Amino acid sequence: MSSKSSYLAVVPAYNESASIVGVVESLRERAPDFDVLVVDDGSTDDTAAMARLAGARVLKLPFNLGIGGAVQAGFVFAHDHHYDYMAQVDGDGQHEPAELRKLIAEMKSAPHPDMVCGSRFLNDDFHYPAPVSRRTGIHIFASLLSRIVSQRVSDPTSGFRLYNRRAIELFAHDYPHDYPEVEAVLMLHHHRLRMREIPVKMYTRTGGVSSISSGKSAYYMVKVLLAVLVGLARRRPVIEPGDGAPVSAEQGV
Amino acid sequence: MADRVQLVALIAAVVLLFVVLEMVRRRRLMERYALLWLLSAVVLIGLAGWRNGLVHVAHAVGIYSPPNALFVIALGFVLLLLLHFSAAVSRLADQTKVLAQRLALLEERLAQVEESSELAEEGAPRIEADPERQRRFARVSSD
Repeated sequence: MSSKSSYLAVVPAYNESASIVGVVESLRERAPDFDVLVVDDGSTDDTAAMARLAGARVLKLPFNLGIGGAVQAGFVFAHDHHYDYMAQVDGDGQHEPAELRKLIAEMKSAPHPDMVCGSRFLNDDFHYPAPVSRRTGIHIFASLLSRIVSQRVSDPTSGFRLYNRRAIELFAHDYPHDYPEVEAVLMLHHHRLRMREIPVKMYTRTGGVSSISSGKSAYYMVKVLLAVLVGLARRRPVIEPGDGAPVSAEQGV
Repeated sequence: MADRVQLVALIAAVVLLFVVLEMVRRRRLMERYALLWLLSAVVLIGLAGWRNGLVHVAHAVGIYSPPNALFVIALGFVLLLLLHFSAAVSRLADQTKVLAQRLALLEERLAQVEESSELAEEGAPRIEADPERQRRFARVSSD
């Protein structure tokens, strides 16, 4: 194995043929260290073919698994192919590939987190144009999670993330089914892995439809709340000897 | 009147028992899922046939009419079965997810292997009209 680190960018996409080519091309251009893997989550349009044309490797799921299942396929791929780092980038073009460099820099600086998350809300000068209901939901999760993990989590629903090998291994084995981002933060905490947030820019979508329509927002809230609260009651993993010291050993709220 | 209700309940429970056994015999129902059905059929037959037992049970939980206790117990089994099936569906959904992911990973790997073996056989690159192939070829040969 060479001393140079290997990077994989996983782009989950469901019916994103309008934007996927742009996303893949800007990744290849502005984040050339990354191999690009598009996970086509059972799209009914030609997302997979377009992504392949743009030069990405493509995992084509036989039917729609939801964002959790699609991203987990990426984790399994990264794990199977022994990537050192894996980034998750949305297929709708709201993340800026050039910012991956910042995530990597944060990942490689002390105290060496296991996941770096790009947050919309740490940037003072950037206004995130989302409906009030969505922002309220995000802030409720943010304050709840911050309390549970005893660390400020400003943007728990952000899908712009970089993982190291330990996080890849964890999530390749177990990743939440739908709306996974919030629960993933909790899982990292329970497994004594560290996360850090850094400010990033985010754009509005360049095409397609968000996986969370306004009608599903209430369901989203209830489902994730249930998952978070039940997750608290779940048996904690045993710390393996030789693992890093627990960041925060406090349990419960 | 109560006797007639009991007779109907007894017949229904016996029919249930036979239907479940017959389905297992024809392999239309796996034993794993038949067990809970068999248990509920047997308990219902027991309570429908053994009048005193039913009276005792009804008295113990404060139900005035013993046949009502029979229906409450039957309802309890129905809820138990539904929960059992929800758990089974959850497990199946999880297994299906893993299968779908594994399938996608294998297909991708197969495509890579086929491409590289084609290239090895042909030796020199063939220029084709299909732009997708050209681009994939460019990627593979640059590796």
